[in-house]
Amino acid sequence: MSMDEMVTRYREILEESPLEQAAKWKANHPGSKVIGCYPVYTPVEIIHAAGMLPVGIIGGGNRLEIAHADSRFQSFVCSIVKSTLELGLTGKLQFLDGIVFHSICDPARNLGSVFKRNFPQLLVEYIHFPQNMASPHTVNYLAAEYQKLKTSYEQLAGRPITDENLRKSIHLYNEQRKLMRELYRIRRETPQNLSTLETYILTRIGTFIPPEEHIAGLKQALAAAGQRDERPKDRIKVVLEGSFCEQPPLELIEGLEAAGCYILDDDFLLGWRFFEQDIPSEGDPIRNLASAYINQSVYSGVKHDTRERKSKHLIDKVKETGASAVVILAAKFCEPALFDYALYRRALEKEGIPHLYLEFEEKMWIFDKAKTEVETFVESMLFD
Amino acid sequence: MAKTAESVKTSYQGQIHLLQKEMMGNYFNQLTRCAEQGEGKAAYMLISGNPVELMLAFDLIPVYPEINALQLAVKKVALPFILKAEEIGYSMDNCAYVKADVGMFLGDRKTPFATIPLPSLILCNYVGCNVYLQWFEHLAEYSDGTLYNLDIPFMRDPSGKPSPEDVTYVVRQLEEIIELCEKITGKKLDYAKLQRIVALSGETGELWSKIKSLTKHVPSPFDAYFDSVTMMAPLYCLRGTEDGLRFFEAAYKEMEEKARLGMGPLPEERFRFVIEGPPPWPYLRAFRDLFAKWGAVAVASTYSTVGGLWEFGFKHDSNRPLESIASHMLEWNLTNRNFLQRYDQIRRYVEEWSADALVIHSVKSCRLFSAGQGDMREYFTKELGIPTLLVESDIEDPRYFSEAQMKNRIDAFFESLEHKKIVREASAVGGKT
Ligand code: SF4
Ligand code: SF4
Repeated sequence: MSMDEMVTRYREILEESPLEQAAKWKANHPGSKVIGCYPVYTPVEIIHAAGMLPVGIIGGGNRLEIAHADSRFQSFVCSIVKSTLELGLTGKLQFLDGIVFHSICDPARNLGSVFKRNFPQLLVEYIHFPQNMASPHTVNYLAAEYQKLKTSYEQLAGRPITDENLRKSIHLYNEQRKLMRELYRIRRETPQNLSTLETYILTRIGTFIPPEEHIAGLKQALAAAGQRDERPKDRIKVVLEGSFCEQPPLELIEGLEAAGCYILDDDFLLGWRFFEQDIPSEGDPIRNLASAYINQSVYSGVKHDTRERKSKHLIDKVKETGASAVVILAAKFCEPALFDYALYRRALEKEGIPHLYLEFEEKMWIFDKAKTEVETFVESMLFD
Repeated sequence: MAKTAESVKTSYQGQIHLLQKEMMGNYFNQLTRCAEQGEGKAAYMLISGNPVELMLAFDLIPVYPEINALQLAVKKVALPFILKAEEIGYSMDNCAYVKADVGMFLGDRKTPFATIPLPSLILCNYVGCNVYLQWFEHLAEYSDGTLYNLDIPFMRDPSGKPSPEDVTYVVRQLEEIIELCEKITGKKLDYAKLQRIVALSGETGELWSKIKSLTKHVPSPFDAYFDSVTMMAPLYCLRGTEDGLRFFEAAYKEMEEKARLGMGPLPEERFRFVIEGPPPWPYLRAFRDLFAKWGAVAVASTYSTVGGLWEFGFKHDSNRPLESIASHMLEWNLTNRNFLQRYDQIRRYVEEWSADALVIHSVKSCRLFSAGQGDMREYFTKELGIPTLLVESDIEDPRYFSEAQMKNRIDAFFESLEHKKIVREASAVGGKT
């Protein structure tokens, strides 16, 4: 399959109903279980090692009408919280056996409780990710947290999770993440050969199919991308930041590029690409996963690491990729992203790096305004 | 009835008001002296479950940006600071407590109540609220101060209890904080002093919980929302001190007396309600009057438990100072408990404090409180059949308070409650004859 064919096919799936894919998988594998993972990050290895399928529950996209959830969560709460609840209230998550939420922000945390009350048949798990990254005691804490999760999934799956199972899963997801990093590397180095929309679609598809299948697809895609040899267009190079949780519509991602930028790096679907190096698989696997979270994971709006400033990470990223500007693309009402912006803006201004601030909603339909803003920004940069 | 009550404007005036004013004045003067004369060192912390006992053991002066933000709102001077923060990149949709504080912090830190000192330690006790982390992350960037994130695992277990690992983790971090304080102050921890302070907190908490159970009386001797906030300031700013204890001794005496005499904050107590959510600080008086006019008294409030839930059985224990500080932060405050635990807490209030209704005040700034309150309303009206009113405004930002709209909603709600009451009373009388 050519890259274009692959991406077109995946895009159709994404636009139709990605969750149906997971439901189908379950129907074809009697007795198997599926666990939904709310953004940002979940240690999917633990779920996978129990023989269950971890599936990203990443909002309802822009085709889902919110008719019930908006009476439960107020107008000033981000869209993904409501669309996720809407999916549940309209029976679209019935294929799930469990779902896991995390301590990323206050609305997502309360959503976990609301899920528990409204869907008693679901195993609702909640991971408190630590926010003290500097203490040597934190690894013990997180390992205990993961251990609890493991016990709970053993019960659900009705089988023990051995260290060997875990090591295999770690290995598998390492491979998957490595291939995604490769995809991002190609885009960063030759953005004319691989678009952000393509990388996005190729990554997103991996959030609801088994990792083995995704790995096969990624290999194909990488080979196809290697074949391309396009001429670079006259575009500005940017780093995109702020979309680590709720995801913008595909049309918006597409529109940003069409308006004149090459996006050299982004934080879309960040939790699925959370590590820049492999997680060691020898030794105690649970501990390895815990220590990877603390010492190896990428920075994000929902991790507050006192060891190094978030804004420094962003500036470093701009410098390392060779981008000349930053686009902040934040979900409307996403408090972590909105707060980060104040820090980013200060640091970017200090460094003299131009930036554009945009807000999106997953339910967006009209992209003209965003497109015009990007075009104006690009023009101001190109003809400066 | 409602017509004659139209003009009821009440505020609790007793000795404790004066005492509160005096003691808080002293506290704020201490901040000013620290800021202006370099007297002592300041440690920033958050209100929800904090280890102030440790700070006091090192003679560090606790500074609470939340209290400062709240005072700015009450004194109606918050908006220019909020706007200043928005100018430099904070969003309309960010928590306005943070914005007011940041706007103030980036200036000369002078306020109508104190000059706020710069921090020697920025101790982010992450107890539930994720905004806390960002707030203090920002203050650390602006001030280059020492930041420590004290991570408190959230109450996520179905049992509603922390695990042994959670407790160990918190105690280990408290030990690290002790080391840090030793470095900052150049003093060794005086363990006996810490124990004394923890004992003071224990007694203070116990009195507070006794005070809170007084509102089970009919009529309630004070309003558990509007008058509780008067007592919350000393509870938070002076806990662990002799002054703090003295305040609560006086408060208990005064309230107990009122309960004994059958006195309440209003001429007549006609409705008892439980209220969930923080108050609209810039319009506290106006908000209070909207209820007073109906003879409606809050008999319990979730807001008065953000800093601690002593009334359900917690007491600081001086024999195990660190463990009991950890337990306070983990388990015994509202903000670190999950949303369904809050439903339970409210249900208990309605039942044990014999309330007629629940009022949810949903504030835009504080998603910790508000996100999902629609589901809460659903639960209380549909599952429990408790009349529930949800009104929206803000804790800090005066732009989100619409008095006319608020009045309409509250009037309509109490009118219907009153109607039900009349029908009920009529049928009770009818039943007897
Ligand atoms: S989009 Fe932002 S506010 Fe919404 S759930 Fe995700 S992290 Fe929280
Ligand atoms: S979100 Fe709520 S608890 Fe958190 S800082 Fe703002 S007002 Fe305080």
